[in-house]
Amino acid sequence: MAFEFQFQPVLAQSEVLLDGLYLTLELAGTGIVLGGLLGTLLAVLRGVMPALRWPIGVYVEVVRNTPFLVQLFIVYLGLPEAGVRMSAEQAAVLTMTLNLGAYATEIVRAGLDSVHKSQIEAGLSLALTRWQVFRHVVLGPALARVWPSLSSQFVLMLLSSSVFSFISVQELSGAASNVEQDTFRSFETYIVITVLYLAMAMALRVILALLGRVMFAAPVRAR
Amino acid sequence: MIREFGTSELWFVVSSARWTLALTLIALGLGGVLGFVIALARVSRLAPLRWLAAGWIGLVQGVPVLMLLFLSYYGLSLAGLDLPPLVAAGISLSFYASGFLGEIWRGCIQSVPWQQWEASAALALSRAQQYRYVVLPQAVRIAVPPTVGFIVQLVKNTSIVSIIGVVELARAGHLVNNATFQPMRVFCVVALVYFCICWPISLAARWLERRMHVGRAG
Repeated sequence: MAFEFQFQPVLAQSEVLLDGLYLTLELAGTGIVLGGLLGTLLAVLRGVMPALRWPIGVYVEVVRNTPFLVQLFIVYLGLPEAGVRMSAEQAAVLTMTLNLGAYATEIVRAGLDSVHKSQIEAGLSLALTRWQVFRHVVLGPALARVWPSLSSQFVLMLLSSSVFSFISVQELSGAASNVEQDTFRSFETYIVITVLYLAMAMALRVILALLGRVMFAAPVRAR
Repeated sequence: MIREFGTSELWFVVSSARWTLALTLIALGLGGVLGFVIALARVSRLAPLRWLAAGWIGLVQGVPVLMLLFLSYYGLSLAGLDLPPLVAAGISLSFYASGFLGEIWRGCIQSVPWQQWEASAALALSRAQQYRYVVLPQAVRIAVPPTVGFIVQLVKNTSIVSIIGVVELARAGHLVNNATFQPMRVFCVVALVYFCICWPISLAARWLERRMHVGRAG
């Protein structure tokens, strides 16, 4: 018996899917912003406070060498045992922030390391304050240099958000399993969802590239 | 009856790591072969082959592993193949690995200086001989550190196939948690086992990378 594709029953549920899509964007967007900030903060702290180098290093290694899914289980199922309760969505955002934070720390650290000492000396000799040197000579160029790596990590994070359906968050893949159970058209459902993820990933790549161009435009333009 | 998280539960979790390792090896083997073909297609002289390979890489890198899993799970069963979950999981992880390894290895092949191609062409080597004797031996050297680094991603992503019932580490943790209701302890043990697998590989990747840069400078 040949299989006949039937997309109508799946597309009839587009409202459920769009709700899921919206939640995915919301969770991933929050996680990406918070995780990016956390990573930048930790990478900077690691540089200015040598005492923190070791604990931050442990955090980065632990997160990078364990699966996102297991981290999610520890946060969502494990933490309530320790008295910290939160909704599935909050657990999702927290896990994502902690996970992305570790990767971003490592990426931003590489950027900070790539700024040569002579640049800082040059900045100070131009009578810039230490803050100005940090902001314009160290952090700005460092972030500009690693923006492509950060962007791909952000996209990976968006895609990883699909495992939130494991803890019954109704984001895109959670919505997909609902639609699948209502329509019994599993393959069609996941084809539609795959196309949506693909579109989101492509859109995010384009947006991040444009954002990078705006944020890291040369501060002084030749006139 | 609620069980304690004791020695037998601990052993169940630790021993289920063998399926995590088995899945990693399957994906590395099958995905490696497929990834190699994709890398060659990606640098082929035939444009349609290049587009096809680029499309495959874009697809695999643009969708969650979970979707690759569901698509191969349901797709293969619709194609009339009634596969056990372990096989479907192995296939989807192989697809995942092929997309990433193909792109990594494409970079390695292209990083071999083009003069090497010219020199070997001047020696009247065929295209196959150029790959076999000149380009690939050099590309493999460059490819080792990033490939080892990718294995860590692969080990971690095997956890996702727990959803279709393969009892690997993450699934074992879930089962034990359902019996003991001690999620913190159970999943920290699970995380620790993953860490014990992944960390040495991460360190090896870093060491290989450092060693290669030293070698190139000399």
